[in-house]
Amino acid sequence: MNRFAALLDALVLTPSRNAKLALLADYMRETPDPDRGWALAALTDGLDFPAVKASLIRSLMAQRVDPVLWTLSRDYVGDTAETASLLWPEPPGTRLPAPSVAEVVETLHATTRATAPTILADLLDRLDVNGRYALLKLATGAMRIGISARLAKVAFAQAFSVSVEDVEEYWHGQAPPYTPLFDWAANGAEPPRTDLLPLFRPFMLAHPLEAESLDLKDYAAEWKWDGIRVQIVHVANELGRETRVYSRSGDDISGAFPEVTAALTTPCVLDGELLVRGAHQGGETGGAASFNALQQRLGRKTVSKAMLADYPAFVRLYDLLIEDGEDLREWSWEQRRARLEALVPRLDATRFDISQVIAARDFDDLAETRSRARDEAIEGVMLKRRDSPYVAGRRTGLWYKWKRDPLLIDCVLMYAQRGSGKRSSFYSDFTFGCWNGDPDAGAELLPVGKAYFGFTDEELKFLDRHVRQHTIGKFGPVRETDKSLVFEVAFDSVHASKRHKSGVAMRFPRISRIRTDKPAHEADRLDALKALIAD
Amino acid sequence: MTMAPPFSWLKPEPFGLHVIPADAWIDPARAVDTALVTHGHADHARGGHGLTVATPETLAIMALRYGVLETAATPVAYGETVTLKGGVKATYLPAGHVLGSAQILLEHAGERVIVTGDYKRRADPTCPPFQVTPCDVFVTEATFGLPVFRHPPIADEMAKLLAARENEQGRCVLVGAYALGKAQRVIAELRAAGYNDTIWLHGAMERMCRLYQDHGVDLGDLQAVAGAPKAALANAIIICPPSALNDRWSRRLPEPVTAMASGWMRVRQRARQRGVELPLIISDHADWDELTQTIGQVNPAETWITHGREEALLRWCELTQRKARALALVGYEDEDD
Repeated sequence: MNRFAALLDALVLTPSRNAKLALLADYMRETPDPDRGWALAALTDGLDFPAVKASLIRSLMAQRVDPVLWTLSRDYVGDTAETASLLWPEPPGTRLPAPSVAEVVETLHATTRATAPTILADLLDRLDVNGRYALLKLATGAMRIGISARLAKVAFAQAFSVSVEDVEEYWHGQAPPYTPLFDWAANGAEPPRTDLLPLFRPFMLAHPLEAESLDLKDYAAEWKWDGIRVQIVHVANELGRETRVYSRSGDDISGAFPEVTAALTTPCVLDGELLVRGAHQGGETGGAASFNALQQRLGRKTVSKAMLADYPAFVRLYDLLIEDGEDLREWSWEQRRARLEALVPRLDATRFDISQVIAARDFDDLAETRSRARDEAIEGVMLKRRDSPYVAGRRTGLWYKWKRDPLLIDCVLMYAQRGSGKRSSFYSDFTFGCWNGDPDAGAELLPVGKAYFGFTDEELKFLDRHVRQHTIGKFGPVRETDKSLVFEVAFDSVHASKRHKSGVAMRFPRISRIRTDKPAHEADRLDALKALIAD
Repeated sequence: MTMAPPFSWLKPEPFGLHVIPADAWIDPARAVDTALVTHGHADHARGGHGLTVATPETLAIMALRYGVLETAATPVAYGETVTLKGGVKATYLPAGHVLGSAQILLEHAGERVIVTGDYKRRADPTCPPFQVTPCDVFVTEATFGLPVFRHPPIADEMAKLLAARENEQGRCVLVGAYALGKAQRVIAELRAAGYNDTIWLHGAMERMCRLYQDHGVDLGDLQAVAGAPKAALANAIIICPPSALNDRWSRRLPEPVTAMASGWMRVRQRARQRGVELPLIISDHADWDELTQTIGQVNPAETWITHGREEALLRWCELTQRKARALALVGYEDEDD
């Protein structure tokens, strides 16, 4: 438990992703089973011990600490588990040896509401202050230290020099403490079976297109739809029937899209774009609303009837990975596409359609079609090598994404804030605005967006210096500048927003150029930005 | 004529404790005719007083900070007593906080009052330890007056610091520490832990370290960061004021591991907010156990609490049936210690 406590503290205080990965990988390599598996589960999904809740911690403390001193301490520290770890009275004499993570987990699993107070108190007595903090966080399932499942898998792959795609594939369906996974990765055992459960398979991804042109004899073109990439898995076997919808990161989002989950009854694994139907009927096949409409449905655990009616979801299919237990991933794209085209007519047409292949004579013709595409649900064009197998991750030369050219607007730098980690001494988060009328006739700047990337290291140094030399006000970590610097801001789209004073919200804004040549009053007006609103 | 109520000759005013018969002020937050100063931290030792009464070390620190004291100063060594106007006697006793820090024992009308200034009970190689002295009124600080504050042994924190230096080859460890007291204590404790390499200093630390060395505190080999090539700073330990940790100044250093030596580092969120990777829980103030233990040992008739988290300490006094009150003094800071 002490090693786990040290890991937890280091993760809390380490801002960089790479350093977090290294900490996790070291821990996994150096810690025996089943401790490392339980620890991993605690850090990612959280472990659930129904008999241990925050109220139990409060009542344990109420028996040991004056209520006024408890309240003053809790208010100051701001976290119940941390306060309790600091206030816990150390038992007299030598402490018993600290429990292992596995012992803690097994003990807490066997706990009832009646036995929990004694059992938790005994465990607390055996730990030092950092150990007590880790125990209480683990027991109440409230880590909140920003370790995503993906980060944990990358760390796992790094720890044992296996591919992260394999880790992704074998991970699903495994329950803590993941002993078969560690056996496979650390000890060279056979990988766990993956065909019986509705498991996630790692996505095939694309590189941005950098070549001037591709030969369409080798590459097929499809629209790149602006929704969220999903995988839908249905299995039917002796264990039962089940459908799951997974997001790009492998998170199970079935609960948020019940209409899609319910509609698939054919055993298969599909790759597609989740979209919602909306007022904007456009595009080659029609029916997809803009990303803004889809956003209404994202990030929800459950979904109301009104949501289902107002923003009905469907999936536009790109690929077929497995059908009836037959793994097609080694097949060529053309062969899989043929199987997909044959499958789609048998699926529920209100929930599934197929992403059409774009007919183009040659690359110039395709470029022409791409430039004419005005459907807001289209983000660009995908180019897929006709003979490409379905391989996890980004493999050079197989798939390319060719995004639509970004929209551009000239804005004025208004506020800057320091970054974090390596950038903590730099002003690197920028808020910029457009004029709400004629600047020569007294118009004001209204903030329209925020960006913290798009510039080079050299440009960052310039911007940092600019901010420091042109500060006219400070509000906590934020500096207000004299609004003399113009940015060319690139962004993917812009939407009406009631939450912003300017009335607009940009998608993916980034600094594309620093326009030291342009005076601030020549920056764009809000009307110019509003004219680009997509919905 | 009726007898004056007990201790009425000492009056807490918003900007300091007024010793009425002597017309003197203890650690006043503004310039006065006569100031009794407990120690050299800027929030206790302000400049511009007509007469400053303090230990020789504190006077030297004040002279360093404010230039030569343009006005009169009365040095009082530890254990010495001076008689002030109105027959008030003031004795300066070690407080164990920083070099020169003193508790001031005031005697008048048969009553004994101790004003601690800031103090701690842990051993500190840079100053003599706090001396427990009986009194009627004990005027204590309460900077870390919450039971969550229990400072760990400093040897543990030194081990963390040295391990970080060992584990992060090619990087340096940058320790944010108060320029007066904390910085020199960290250096002295590193030496005590057997670390004999050069310790590097931010410019703001140099003169104060030299002052400590002039007063016989052994700090080993110190060198200024300014002008040092980046390569020389790999695997180095560098001490800077907390404000410089994330400042442009730190860009010249080889990938610093950001550490901070402060009692506030006990609370994770405080460490996170400051972007500290390596929190070192090192304080020159008494923690909760030391505060309550000291009040118990001194066992005064009344405890007055000057600054910090006085509510919790008041509550403790109530629970242990001790007479106590909080003084609403202004101008003391506790942010970085």
